[in-house]
Amino acid sequence: MAGEGENIMPKEKMNIVVFSGDMDKVLAAFIIATTAAAMGMDVNMFFTFWGLNVLRKKKFTSGKNILQKMMNALNRGGAARLSLSKFNMLGLGPAVMKTMMKRSKMPSLPEMVQTAKNLGVKFTACTTTFSFMGFSKDDFIDGVDAYAGAATFLGEVIDGRVSYFI
Amino acid sequence: MNNVNKDMTLDCYGLLCPMPIIKIAEKMKELEVGQVLEVIATDEGIKTDLPAWCKMTGHEFLGVKEDNGEFHAFIKKVKP
Repeated sequence: MAGEGENIMPKEKMNIVVFSGDMDKVLAAFIIATTAAAMGMDVNMFFTFWGLNVLRKKKFTSGKNILQKMMNALNRGGAARLSLSKFNMLGLGPAVMKTMMKRSKMPSLPEMVQTAKNLGVKFTACTTTFSFMGFSKDDFIDGVDAYAGAATFLGEVIDGRVSYFI
Repeated sequence: MNNVNKDMTLDCYGLLCPMPIIKIAEKMKELEVGQVLEVIATDEGIKTDLPAWCKMTGHEFLGVKEDNGEFHAFIKKVKP
């Protein structure tokens, strides 16, 4: 059914900006990313602003000055610790949501991050947020493929037909 | 549809989107070209998700039959 021509067709590319650090929105981003990768697409996820929290390790202090340290203590990192965009209720919402997901046999967000990595999804961390928040590379998980700015991302977007901002 | 010879079966019972598609993409690597994979799923999305996946990856969608809330879908590996 598939002809010779299909093998030389360039791979479709998908670019996703993950701006949000909300568990529900990030989950949607990862569902699209992993599905696209399973469909044979090249997927690049660009994490910026609150989205960088997905790639952060669980660590209490990060930041170079007192304001950054205070901000990062409140703005906790780690894919397992994100809050919900609705009904967060001081963490009760996410806890209930995680239990519901488990009962529906849905993978957790940290598992989705790992699945994305296994499928070859590329993670790029925004250098502006990185410097502005005073992070160091040590604050991030191993899966980060590149640290880059908006121009790099736009260079990728031009090559792809599918782009999302979440 | 009733006389499809399957070479392998993948159990996606109870799994929600996107897990069946991710598992199928993984499982297809184990098949030889020309072999048929049967997917058993309970998520109704499989009826349209699988033809869409086949369209993009170039494999052949042979069909799906519904049996009491259980979906049995068949796909043929077309290229390596």
